[in-house]
Amino acid sequence: MLRQMEGSQAVAEAVALCRPEVICAYPISPQTHIVEGLSRLVKSGALAPCEYVNVESEFAAMSVAIGASAAGARAYTATSSQGLLYMTEAVYNAGGLGLPIVMTVANRALGAPINIWNDHSDAMSQRDAGWLQLYAEDNQEAVDLHIQAFRIAEELSLPVMVCMDGFVLTHAYERVDLPEQRQVDDFLPPFAPRQVLDPNDPVSIGAMVGPEAFTEVRYLAHRRHLRALEVIPRVAGEFADAFGRESGGLVRPYRLDDADTAIVAMGSVLGTLKDVVDERRGHGERVGVLGITAFRPFPFAEVRRALRGVRRVVVLERTLSVGVGGVVTDHVRAALDGAMRETSAANGAAPYLWTVIAGLGGRPITTASLHEMIDRAVTERLEPLTFLDLRRDLVEREAHRERAAERV
Amino acid sequence: MFQVRIHGRGGQGVVTAAELLSIAAFLEGRHAQAFPTFGSERTGAPVVAFCRIDDRPIRVREPIARPDALIVQDATLLRAVNVFDGLGPDAYVLINTARDLRELGAAEALAALRPERVRTVPATALAREHLGRPVPNAVLLGGFAALTGVVSLDSVCAAIRQRFSGRVADGNVAAAERAHAYVSATMKEGVDA
Repeated sequence: MLRQMEGSQAVAEAVALCRPEVICAYPISPQTHIVEGLSRLVKSGALAPCEYVNVESEFAAMSVAIGASAAGARAYTATSSQGLLYMTEAVYNAGGLGLPIVMTVANRALGAPINIWNDHSDAMSQRDAGWLQLYAEDNQEAVDLHIQAFRIAEELSLPVMVCMDGFVLTHAYERVDLPEQRQVDDFLPPFAPRQVLDPNDPVSIGAMVGPEAFTEVRYLAHRRHLRALEVIPRVAGEFADAFGRESGGLVRPYRLDDADTAIVAMGSVLGTLKDVVDERRGHGERVGVLGITAFRPFPFAEVRRALRGVRRVVVLERTLSVGVGGVVTDHVRAALDGAMRETSAANGAAPYLWTVIAGLGGRPITTASLHEMIDRAVTERLEPLTFLDLRRDLVEREAHRERAAERV
Repeated sequence: MFQVRIHGRGGQGVVTAAELLSIAAFLEGRHAQAFPTFGSERTGAPVVAFCRIDDRPIRVREPIARPDALIVQDATLLRAVNVFDGLGPDAYVLINTARDLRELGAAEALAALRPERVRTVPATALAREHLGRPVPNAVLLGGFAALTGVVSLDSVCAAIRQRFSGRVADGNVAAAERAHAYVSATMKEGVDA
């Protein structure tokens, strides 16, 4: 049913449609509205049977989710920012144990300094935790990705993080098509766990593995993750068949077919980027967008295929690897290396690849700034690493102060 | 696309106003996107919220820099922040005040606008009368419907009833209807003059 609603509320209702049996919640902005919404649905009896556990920390939230999932319950939690950091140890355990927990990360910057606003630093910090990561472009996709996430998680027996831009999406009111319970029930069968903790048939999980087999355990985890590259698009296809709209998948190319310049990005900035690209296409400029929906596992082959023939690639990143620069850029570079090997005989030239860091800590990514960025890209005047809208006056003042302090 | 920026103070329901407006547009079959500027809101601090309305899906997510209409929920903001930032000469402005426009200390900015598109409405007084509380947000949307015609009064009232129930809904609807009538009447005066 079409409704005009807040992103967080839409996600809460979508998660409820997936019939989670255990929800562990600890509030942190900008995620809080989601678990608040779910608590109301559990309390009213609209979501039943479901155990809603108020825990004392994010570490406990993930630990409870691990216990619930290992005991055979469909488990869900949500967090943001420092909350995700605080649960990190348990996040890795859920990944290593292959427990199909679904967690929403309402993306928010990491401190210090404290900043409650959006960027991707939190989810990026967990990129090697053994979780799949899917990024939503808008609230409709956030809804749809959650429904797909439970399917993907349980089919692979792997946890899935659904990432949605904090505030930008979680607090935005927009039109959302919420499916019927019957549709979701048809799409998402009851959870059939691979392995269940059962007092009548006791086993240990997550026990110690020594040097004789640890490499093999990790290898098998890697192999299972790579299977997600096949499962994610298949589930997206089945979702499209069942619900009549395209959502999810690995990558989302937009007007890339004859593009010589491509902007690669994840999350809610894709909407603004598409408007900018449409405008430039109107002037005959051959520019397109590559949205990456699945960041873990990273779809190297699909990125390579989507960027084939593109001469200039800008990776717009909502995170900074301090001392390095971009994070997604390295992945795109690896994908392009493959493309170059494949096509070097045909054209020889390596495409330009630039990183643009944008939207850190909630700074809006504006149409005007994106146009300026693309102006520089198409004329090949971008720096290898650019901080969009960097306030040079502020930076210079602080640098001056630091130099003065050093001389003392 | 029609873009609305709403200025008010923490506690006046600025964010809710943008959400209600988006629901009213949605009820008319249009696409709408409402969102706040996010901060550590405190009661009384300046707050801004946005609403975009279009016949096509809305993808852009930047704050609204060039609004087609401005709703000012607290006239004291006119002296505190530049609420007119980015406003074009054809923009609509609706200000919550019981005072005369000329007394608000924004003569220069208002002079740049088309006079028939600038209106005041005593929304706080109407809210006090019908709700018993000085919350002008939903009330102003009644006036906004009269001033711009972008959404109908019926849709505004339906949005209010979707969001609230009981006395709060009834009071807001009654006050929004009064605000609509008030603005309609002053617009008619403008034409007659």
